[in-house]
Amino acid sequence: MKRLIPLWITAIAGIVLIASYFVPYAQGLGELTSIWFDILAGFAFILGGGNLLKVHLKKVSDKAAGWGYSVILLASFLITLFVGLGKIGVHPSPDYPDNSWSGVYNEVGSPFWWLYEYAFKPLTATMFAMLAFYIASASFRAFRAKNVEAVLLLGTAFIILLGRTFAGVWLTSWLPESLSGLKIENLSVYIMQVFNTAGSRAIIIGIALGIASTSLKVILGVDRSYLGSARSEP
Amino acid sequence: MKLHLFALSVVFTSLGDAPATATPAPASNLIAQDHRKWDDGTRIDLAWDLSADDETLVAAYRISKALARFGDFQVPLKFELVEIVKAGTGEYTVADLARKIRLENIKTKYADIVDIESLEATNQKTFPVAYVFQIVAVGRDGATSAAATTPPITPTMEWFDGGRFWFLIIVVIFCGAVIFFIQLARGGRPLKVRKIAGLEAIDEAVGRATEMGRSCLYIPGILDMNDIQTIAGINILARVAKTAASYDAKLEVPTSRSLVMATARETVQGAFLAAGHPDAYRKDLIYYVTDEQFGYVAYVQGMMVREKPAACFYMGAFFAESLILAETGNSIGAIQVAGTAMPAQLPFFVAACDYTLIGEEFFAASAYLSGSAEELGSLKGQDVGKIIVGLGIIIGVIMLSAASVILDGSPGSPFGTALLNAVEYLKQVILT
Amino acid sequence: MNVAWAWTILVVVVGASLVVLVTRREQTYRALKDLDRRWIFLLMLLAVAIPILGELTFPEKPTGLAKAVFDEIEKLEPGDKVLMAWDYDPASEGELGPMATAFTYHCCKKGLKMYYMTIFSPVGPQMIEDAIEHVIKADFPHLEYGVDYVNLGYKSGYEGVIKVIVSNIRELYTTDHYGKSVQDIPMMRDVRNIQQMDLIINVSAGYAGLKEWVLFAATPYPDLTLVAGVTGVMAPQQYPYIPEQLRGLLGAIKGAAEYEKLVLDKYGDEDPDPKYLKGKQRMGPQLIAHMLIIVLIIVANFVYFAGKRRERA
Repeated sequence: MKRLIPLWITAIAGIVLIASYFVPYAQGLGELTSIWFDILAGFAFILGGGNLLKVHLKKVSDKAAGWGYSVILLASFLITLFVGLGKIGVHPSPDYPDNSWSGVYNEVGSPFWWLYEYAFKPLTATMFAMLAFYIASASFRAFRAKNVEAVLLLGTAFIILLGRTFAGVWLTSWLPESLSGLKIENLSVYIMQVFNTAGSRAIIIGIALGIASTSLKVILGVDRSYLGSARSEP
Repeated sequence: MKLHLFALSVVFTSLGDAPATATPAPASNLIAQDHRKWDDGTRIDLAWDLSADDETLVAAYRISKALARFGDFQVPLKFELVEIVKAGTGEYTVADLARKIRLENIKTKYADIVDIESLEATNQKTFPVAYVFQIVAVGRDGATSAAATTPPITPTMEWFDGGRFWFLIIVVIFCGAVIFFIQLARGGRPLKVRKIAGLEAIDEAVGRATEMGRSCLYIPGILDMNDIQTIAGINILARVAKTAASYDAKLEVPTSRSLVMATARETVQGAFLAAGHPDAYRKDLIYYVTDEQFGYVAYVQGMMVREKPAACFYMGAFFAESLILAETGNSIGAIQVAGTAMPAQLPFFVAACDYTLIGEEFFAASAYLSGSAEELGSLKGQDVGKIIVGLGIIIGVIMLSAASVILDGSPGSPFGTALLNAVEYLKQVILT
Repeated sequence: MNVAWAWTILVVVVGASLVVLVTRREQTYRALKDLDRRWIFLLMLLAVAIPILGELTFPEKPTGLAKAVFDEIEKLEPGDKVLMAWDYDPASEGELGPMATAFTYHCCKKGLKMYYMTIFSPVGPQMIEDAIEHVIKADFPHLEYGVDYVNLGYKSGYEGVIKVIVSNIRELYTTDHYGKSVQDIPMMRDVRNIQQMDLIINVSAGYAGLKEWVLFAATPYPDLTLVAGVTGVMAPQQYPYIPEQLRGLLGAIKGAAEYEKLVLDKYGDEDPDPKYLKGKQRMGPQLIAHMLIIVLIIVANFVYFAGKRRERA
């Protein structure tokens, strides 16, 4: 029964939603279910937050390896939650001056805004910026002219890398207008628009069919391994 | 914008020819009726007889609409421009109309023209909307004819959206093919699937982690359960968990969404049970970190560097974090298998991981790993979809190329025009 | 042939000779083969930091896609409605901030009505705040909130939000980001859905973002015009949508720098504020970083072939 009910819910919801796409009277159903999902996901935040506290409090109490990180995590979590939910330092909204909680939680100058501006923003930007370093190390390790295909890939990579900067313009600025298609900046756009688009479309079509087929398997209950069922496993 | 430009051009034309003031004859017999094709109740078809001066004085027809009634309550007519169509045009479909309007919207937008209190007294929350349409012939010198106006009309919603008919056909063929092959497979027909190296490597990776006494790390992407890639990732997790259970390897699954954590726990518990090691299942190894993309990455990266898992699986929807995770995994010497349907992240995984499941391979993984006839049947059905798409592309390319060659050689050729129209029908009707 | 090529050939020949000579020595070959990635990280740090600190910039030459974006905005008349879908976050601000600033500046100069919203992340409204604070309030103080621009803020639900607001914006947006009822916002009074927008400008860093705007707004409603700016990694995936579903596209900093040039050439002062030149400023480090990657790939291949040679020997 524990498996059967979710399977039926999945099947009915899936079929109804597919049908609703074609029936104008039911077209609002898709929107309605996405709102339901948001409500569920909203409640799940409590589940996630509770789990986060549990896992890291346990690490701290067990003095497990790296428990210091858990202390920092818990402190950051609780402080942000407190200043955000409590709207600490936020002025009331001009529309409701008597209600101290009516202001915007991230008002400029409030502690939450401060955390966002001077902790969250630089930290996430730092993580994203690390990509530059990893791209350099990955290209040093992975790009090898092992065969003809790899040589073509290397050549294309060089054209794109040059074409996305002024170096491309500079290197082929001497080419006459009649050969402007061979200028590196134009070549790079051509490669992206023609070769890359053709390849992308093929991959995207394959993915789209894969998505449709997987969705159908889930709706029909053919693939039920996400429920922890042993049925579709070897 | 096109509308504005055309309206402007009409105004400018009228300014240029200011001295002439001939008033064109009006359009006549203006009829408004519900859209003739099945629709979602947002369109009305207009048809009129052209002005007697259509070929001489008329530059365009100006079509306007006005709200006439909210239910039984009359509204003072306030016409607003819908479109300006060129002379010689005798019909037009007005789109984007409303069938019903909510009381709160009436209050917001029409409080100045209707008596809100009487509407509220009806206790109705929504009111049917009736429109009237008007058409005016605009002369080349800017003079306008008398207006022709329709009686009030409300668009009707049909039970089927006719604009999606061809899409329904495609859905039926594709789903039919998948179901047909699943049934065929159930009937015992053997089906073959090519070898996917990345999936063959799962056992090896988990085995190696066990030998080295290190853990396996599984990342089911960073999106929620409403993304099909996450579901595909969870399906593969079932198999990885079963292997880990039978090898007695430690499997850690940090998730970026709470619902994914809950689902992953169910899946892994089921897999441990199926492997005959229900006691080895440890719930606390599947935990939530944060929804914030880079916060999650920072945690997982730190964890990888500290704990050095020997096998890392990245199966799901990934964004910029793909390379950060895969390069970190590479630096600690882990065997890495990735699978995603995010085309932008595939190159990064290919560069940094040992094996990568590209797009549809990732979705086929569950069928491949389970070896279940039913699931393999669905892959066969998917191939039918590919054949249809391939044929569509080839037919479209041939027809368009042939039309282009024929029309270049003999402009106006009926066959060439027919081909061109067929391609347009394929693009605008069947594939829209 | 110009001096550019002479320099390039010289650098390539000298560089290649050095690498060949160096890889012939066993010790150097081993060092390069097992090069610690931290050396590469250091080189990348220098490649990015030096041009930033030295304020190294290069000229820009706009390509067709940037011109297409510029032209779509140019076609609009003062008072036309533009939906500014700011779907990015602080992490991608480095790549997308300059184009977001340029878009806002361009729309302000054109006198367009700007409707800001985001579906990407709960921190998206902060990106909108940045545009409002640093561009509108700083340089266009005469523009009035609620009349010329509005911040509708973040709504969760990803593409679900688009699906709803294409037909009814009031279903989800009953208040703006600051909690003010949309009924009290003059520029929202006659907006029923986003089909009434004359243009949608999307700045996107991932999901939910440009792909969802294309699939759920521009495709089912072909009258909607969509232009966008995206991160470098997303750009190649968007080309299939051009030009029908997507009229123009700015790819990362390069696209931003090109668009910035077009905007400043037409509307900029003689000495524009540095915040309107960020795209151009950030192209300096990008050029040097790209060069470093090319050099690294070449060196790695020399090491690879040197290894092959040793294997044969």
